[in-house]
Amino acid sequence: MRWAVVVFPGTNCELDCHHVVADVLGQPVEYVWHKDTRLEGFDAVILPGGFSYGDYLRTGAIARFSPIMGAVADFAAAGRPVIGICNGFQILLEAGLLPGALRRNEGLKFRCHDVHLRVENGATAFTNRCRPGQVLRVPIKHGEGNYYADPATIDELERTGRVVLRYATPEGAVTAEANPNGSLNNIAGIVNERGNVFGMMPHPEIAAEAILGMEDGRLIFESIVASVEGRVAHVR
Amino acid sequence: MSAEHGASASARPWEEVGLTSEEYGDIERILGRSPNPVELGLFGLMWSEHCSYKTSKSSLKRLPTRGPRVVQGPGENAGVIDIGDGVAVAFKIESHNHPSFIEPYQGAATGVGGILRDIFAMGARPIAILDSLRFGELDDAKQRWLFGGVVGGIGAYGNCFGCPTVGGEVHFDRSYRGNPLVNAMCVGLVDRGRVFYGRAEGEGNPLILVGSKTGRDGIHGASLLASKEFDERAEERRPAVQVGDPFLEKLLLEACLELLDSGAVVGLNDLGAAGLTSAASEMASRGGYGLEIDLDKVPRRETGMTPYELMLSESQERMLLVARAGREDEVRRVFAKWDLDAAVIGRVTAGGRLRVLENGRVVADVPAAALAKDAPVYERPEAEPAYLKETRAFNPATLPPVGDPAAVLERLLATPDIADKAWVFEQYDHFILDNTVVRPGSDAAVLRLKGTRRGLAVTTDGNGRYVYLDPRAGAAIAVAEAARNVVCSGAEPLAVTNCLNFGNPERPEVMWQFRRAIEGMTEACQALGTPVTGGNVSFYNETLGENIHPTPVIGLVGALEDVERDQTTQWFKDEGDLVAILGPLGGDPVAGLGGSEYLKVVHGKTAGRPPALDLDLEARVQRACLKAIREGLIRSAHDVSDGGLAVTLAESCFGGPGPAVPIGASVDLPADATAAESSSGPSLRLDALLFGEEQSRVVVSLASAAEGRLKAICEAERVPLAFIGLVGGSDLRILVGRRPVIQRPVAALRTIWKETIPWLMR
Repeated sequence: MRWAVVVFPGTNCELDCHHVVADVLGQPVEYVWHKDTRLEGFDAVILPGGFSYGDYLRTGAIARFSPIMGAVADFAAAGRPVIGICNGFQILLEAGLLPGALRRNEGLKFRCHDVHLRVENGATAFTNRCRPGQVLRVPIKHGEGNYYADPATIDELERTGRVVLRYATPEGAVTAEANPNGSLNNIAGIVNERGNVFGMMPHPEIAAEAILGMEDGRLIFESIVASVEGRVAHVR
Repeated sequence: MSAEHGASASARPWEEVGLTSEEYGDIERILGRSPNPVELGLFGLMWSEHCSYKTSKSSLKRLPTRGPRVVQGPGENAGVIDIGDGVAVAFKIESHNHPSFIEPYQGAATGVGGILRDIFAMGARPIAILDSLRFGELDDAKQRWLFGGVVGGIGAYGNCFGCPTVGGEVHFDRSYRGNPLVNAMCVGLVDRGRVFYGRAEGEGNPLILVGSKTGRDGIHGASLLASKEFDERAEERRPAVQVGDPFLEKLLLEACLELLDSGAVVGLNDLGAAGLTSAASEMASRGGYGLEIDLDKVPRRETGMTPYELMLSESQERMLLVARAGREDEVRRVFAKWDLDAAVIGRVTAGGRLRVLENGRVVADVPAAALAKDAPVYERPEAEPAYLKETRAFNPATLPPVGDPAAVLERLLATPDIADKAWVFEQYDHFILDNTVVRPGSDAAVLRLKGTRRGLAVTTDGNGRYVYLDPRAGAAIAVAEAARNVVCSGAEPLAVTNCLNFGNPERPEVMWQFRRAIEGMTEACQALGTPVTGGNVSFYNETLGENIHPTPVIGLVGALEDVERDQTTQWFKDEGDLVAILGPLGGDPVAGLGGSEYLKVVHGKTAGRPPALDLDLEARVQRACLKAIREGLIRSAHDVSDGGLAVTLAESCFGGPGPAVPIGASVDLPADATAAESSSGPSLRLDALLFGEEQSRVVVSLASAAEGRLKAICEAERVPLAFIGLVGGSDLRILVGRRPVIQRPVAALRTIWKETIPWLMR
């Protein structure tokens, strides 16, 4: 399978995503410049983290107008996997490919530290290598990761199992203390209705190797591989 | 020439650009005529203390700058060392003290921006930022504002740019309340054979200005902001502080690195202090060529800028490059991809002159080398500061005995100097680029180097109190401690960059401090085999006549042979591991309490002499420690510094960010260690044993099976070694001669240590 890592001006986690796919998973991967308009020949698309367009105006608000986003929408409409990490998640929200918004962290500060994530749904294209209820240790590094949606949307996300990852304690308890940014219902990652577009604030790409002290993030990438290679069904 | 072209005509024109009448005379001799206002502005900048090092130059020459690994020493955008496997490391530290006092957020942010550009000017991709910060005490609202603003600014710039901030230090002392220190260090990687230099070469080659457009921001940053002390009107200089755009700098980085790969570039230089003037004159002077600049070609962000303003602007996120003739379009194409300007603004000329044109008219014509190299060199008078008589007379042996040692330990852990700095580094992305093996919080940060087995350990250190009390010893300790931190992390110390923060050098006492500090640094760098590859001198750190503690900050880079095998943190790991001290056990009040954190916090004094440092012993302790780590004997290593042995043990128990969890320890220190040979006679100096800061000590933990081998290594290196206890339990227990002196739950101590800064900054 071939991976695309989309690069917007100001994206800065592209090297890390590329590294994990190429050097840890050993899979073919290419950078795709935001001015490109085609994603043919790719099997999975990563919108990496960073500060596209400097976060000016609003996170992800300018990047959604980049030429590549039309192709990303088509790719998603075709049922293929798209993962947005951090700023990539913000872009997916701005593009309307996922519901809700990310507001400034409750403490109004950028926060960079490990969090624990409880896998709420282990049957998605992005988590099929995790046990439901498994707790992953993955870092966050963001200033605007405070997930918000209107009550009806939250209710629907919850009812349909689309809340995939939730901030939790190391033991898996979902508590206010375990919530680093004020996200509603401790939401850390969600999928779209069809299950092929996924956004998460924590960074699995910096938690994919033993030498860095964290490996759980690799499960996210391996899940995508398993799903694309047909070992698990990912489209509802 | 009319006033619109620069400084207004005046009877004493040199004063407006911060020069003396003698310097003005030198300029007239060099030019064979009077400089016009634009030319005078150029000299004012380049001959400022900040750009010319006119006061420090002769002293800096003493520092050792050569070594088998040194690829590039001082004089370039950054130093470069060869770490093997075809990999070179570019690194440098710089100050942004005065801008940060006036506008902490932007001052600190642009400090980070400037040091990043210095690194990628060498063709290197920045992989780590470290920041060494000093503020006044946090009980003062202004200091909290400065501290919060500086940390926010550093985070905003580094996080957005995408370079991890992996380390540094923060200290608080009244001496910095009118003049905080913000020193930013950056480390980058470049292929050994692809180092670029800031040189203009090849007659006819185009000179290209890339990146941001030029505006009126930051005019006179170098001459008036950085090269003068502060008075009551400091805040009026706010317009001289630049504003940073890290987003643009990230684009600039990628465009520059992409372009360097193409082979179209001859030389590259950052535009920092003194803007176009400095970059052009340094590139020309290093290459031995001249430059002609047509100001009409400079992309501007505002209209009506004079030649003077264009040449002096310190607008951020700009680089100057010389390309190969005929390849201009290639340069334009790469920069256009990143939506950046790339304007051919001139060309390389023979003859070594910097000629500046506007509307086809020459507005400045001066020898480039005269600007960049020929500033007068001053041997300013020195005099030993009077305060030293008093501070040296203090004998720590006269202190009353320590009352409740556990309460003192708690007090030290609640001192912002020692307390947990997670409040700071959790505002920095310290993970990006996927290399961070040991995060901020341990003795040094460790980064892996992808594609090799190697790693880098990086740290900054400097204790202003020690240097204040004895500049020579204090500066040597800064080098020794930095090297020790790197060794404790599993790396061999390789090279140093320094940021020398001092007061007003026109005061003989400051010059005396400066020269002694250089001596101490020279001795230590020689003894530890760590040459100095560059750095920065920051004088005039004085407000309303009050000088800061002289504070040389050492940035040190070390290499790990095998990062997986050797990476070591300061945190105790496993129940039942042995705890040992490499180096002297301590306990001598005179050798350990002078200038200590204990003396400052508990007794309110900054006095005595700083801890004695035996460089020969230091080198042996470091060799033994590194050998033991490389043999896989060591589970944790933590150098004994601020707060002494008790604080070191407590910190070793606290666990780190990430997987290391808190764990207890129980140690029994031999009572005879405290029967010091000092003037205090046989009385027990418990304070010195627990809180003294004697140098050349490392607390390690190891599996009991490794005991014999560690003994053998220490014997071979003639390093004192004492096994003092065991890791385990949930308490920190310290006994002296089997008598318990401290017993506290680690969790309780850790809470005090963790909550102090968040509580002060709430």
